[in-house]
Amino acid sequence: MLGRLASRRLTEIRQVFRQSPQATRSLSAALNYHLDSPDNNPDLPWEFSDANKPKTGKGDIVSLSVKLQAVCSHSSAGSCTTAAWGWLPVSAMNAVAKVIEVAPIRVYEVATFYSMFNRAKVGKYHLLVCGTTPCMIRGSRDIEDALLKHLGVKRNEVTKDGLFSVGEMECMGCCVNAPMITVADYSNGSEGYTYNYYEDVTPKRVVEIVEALRRGEKPPRGTQNPQRINCGPEGGNTTLLGEPKPPPCRDLDAC
Amino acid sequence: MPQHIKPVGCEPFGAVEFIFPVHHSIKKLHCYISYGMDVSLVVPMKGVLSLQRAAVLSRLNGNSRVAARLFSTQSATTANTAQPPPPPPPPEKTHFGGLKDEDRIFTNLYGIHDPFLKGAMKRGDWYRTKDIVIKGSDWIVNEMKKSGLRGRGGAGFPSGLKWSFMPKVSDGRPSYLVVNADESEPGTCKDREIMRNDPHRLLEGCLIAGVGMRATAAYIYIRGEYVNERLNLEKARKEAYAAGLLGKNACGSGYDFDVHIHFGAGAYICGEETALLESLEGKQGKPRLKPPFPANAGLYGCPTTVTNVETVAVSPTILRRGPEWFSSFGRKNNSGTKLFCISGHVNKPCTVEEEMSISLKELLERHCGGVRGGWDNLLAVIPGGSSVPLLPKHICEDVLMDFDALKAVQSGLGTAAVIVMDKSTDVVDAIARLSYFYKHESCGQCTPCREGTGWLWMIMERMKTGNAKLEEIDMLQEVTKQIEGHTICALGDAAAWPVQGLIRHFRPELERRIREHAERELLQAAA
Repeated sequence: MLGRLASRRLTEIRQVFRQSPQATRSLSAALNYHLDSPDNNPDLPWEFSDANKPKTGKGDIVSLSVKLQAVCSHSSAGSCTTAAWGWLPVSAMNAVAKVIEVAPIRVYEVATFYSMFNRAKVGKYHLLVCGTTPCMIRGSRDIEDALLKHLGVKRNEVTKDGLFSVGEMECMGCCVNAPMITVADYSNGSEGYTYNYYEDVTPKRVVEIVEALRRGEKPPRGTQNPQRINCGPEGGNTTLLGEPKPPPCRDLDAC
Repeated sequence: MPQHIKPVGCEPFGAVEFIFPVHHSIKKLHCYISYGMDVSLVVPMKGVLSLQRAAVLSRLNGNSRVAARLFSTQSATTANTAQPPPPPPPPEKTHFGGLKDEDRIFTNLYGIHDPFLKGAMKRGDWYRTKDIVIKGSDWIVNEMKKSGLRGRGGAGFPSGLKWSFMPKVSDGRPSYLVVNADESEPGTCKDREIMRNDPHRLLEGCLIAGVGMRATAAYIYIRGEYVNERLNLEKARKEAYAAGLLGKNACGSGYDFDVHIHFGAGAYICGEETALLESLEGKQGKPRLKPPFPANAGLYGCPTTVTNVETVAVSPTILRRGPEWFSSFGRKNNSGTKLFCISGHVNKPCTVEEEMSISLKELLERHCGGVRGGWDNLLAVIPGGSSVPLLPKHICEDVLMDFDALKAVQSGLGTAAVIVMDKSTDVVDAIARLSYFYKHESCGQCTPCREGTGWLWMIMERMKTGNAKLEEIDMLQEVTKQIEGHTICALGDAAAWPVQGLIRHFRPELERRIREHAERELLQAAA
């Protein structure tokens, strides 16, 4: 009996080790090394659009993350061969490094450090579900399951029509309106980039939002619960009822 | 008893408060202590814990009794010189909460009114800012010290003191104010309301805080995910510049002050002050070692102070209404009002501005419709954002929401982000998900955090199903102790504390899972 237990435990351990590379991919952490692929390798050319070409001088890494975010939301323009909606191909990172005249590693560092930089393809509407504890205890796992089931994809996978992908983010900072999703809209390039929170969603509502986006509509952002005003309690605010009056000011000359 | 002498035990929130929330049978102690009687006579013999605490109390009281006797001999001599008795001290406030709307600072918290310049000026922003600026840096810092404002970003360091660390005379380098609007602590969502609904309050606060610190510019670092909040703030900034309220000769006071807005790209660690400075400079957001502190060497090597949005945004109102008004709220050393974000299993989660030291129960029942399923359905509360240990129900009965009271029950106020969990929650799963959060957000610089957070998460995942041995609970506690305090920044501590809180208060739950799992395995093996 002990022998059976031991062998079972050994198989479990072996399974864990076998599973771990895939396990990391399905978690919200992305791989932090680069693998060349046909549509993501340094030999592909990259052209900036006017909106997102970095405009500063030599060695200026200040606001590097801002520059990369502008590049990230670029959509293909004209004769550019790599169309990148919402993600950073390695050739884009090399191009940024060339323009601001720093070593490419400085750009790779920043691009791998922050979680909003996608280094693999995402859909035109990248749907992000917050999964940290305040949202989790209000049902964010159900929201994510509903999205994955409806779109028929796994986490971080893009749908066949290239429109949607689902990712998990850590705390998005609207915990009183949990659970929530964010829609990163890359369909209109850098100028039309929006990043809207849809809060207080239910599995049903989140599917409705996805279908509205598919039709090209813009569902109203913010709380999807009509009984709430932004972060106020459901059913009406308990504070700040009435017109706000300017507070009294003491006699500043006297003190 | 002479009026001007108050033994330690008499202060309602001194030593007594220390034991009051912990063991109800010692409630009686409260009355006896205020008359300075020997504590050991009235302690009910109910277990070692109460005795230990009573022993500490009697030691505290003992010192004060000796001191009281010394003072009483002194007063005996002064009484002979026929001094009129001093007036009795004003009655100390004992109940907190029930803040009135006219005392609230963030009057557009829910975004019902116009957030931009016209609406802001109607609500009282930018009123007589020129006069406040002209009063000078020392006056501003002194008033902030008098108000007792403590940092609202989680650490609760006295703000007036922090602002006074900046150099009074420049050695050639400019000073900077950096506003930390990287609000990524799970549970916290107060700064986004300030930035999108009351941005001018923040901008005016930047100017005033900057003048107090003799800074030349302010950098507001907003987290990357707050895109719409940033657009509101940028629009407000343009309006302020256009109206001459910021920039050269701000508000016509002769002081030049610039405000720049920078944004991040999704990293919780960039909320740590030195990591924020690194991120502002364009590098990875990896924290620096302290010392040297940012007040000596901060942004680009210049003296910098990093403050939270709420701390900066309340400063103009404090200066206009007076520090005495601000310190009239809350207990001693915990003064003022605070934005509380209550999330989780309450009937109506919301963000609300309330007085400090309000009791947790009143906060939940007055503004959030109470715990889902009634107060008795409560399992645990994390009172200050995910980085503080959780509190089980019996402590939540009467704990006050302020820095000192929560520290006394081994938790902390942090950012006042209350996460409520009811009995339907799998508390081990909740804390395991927090451990995963810290593992994901660790920057990877120092070994205890980089390795430790991953290790904590893996063990917590196994504890979820009970797939562990009983000794591993103590091993987990030991791992948290090895991470805590041994890291470059406080993320290591923040990762360790929730797990410590779980072990401290929910050890029976963990042991139950381990035993059940072991039984299941035995049954499976036998089958």
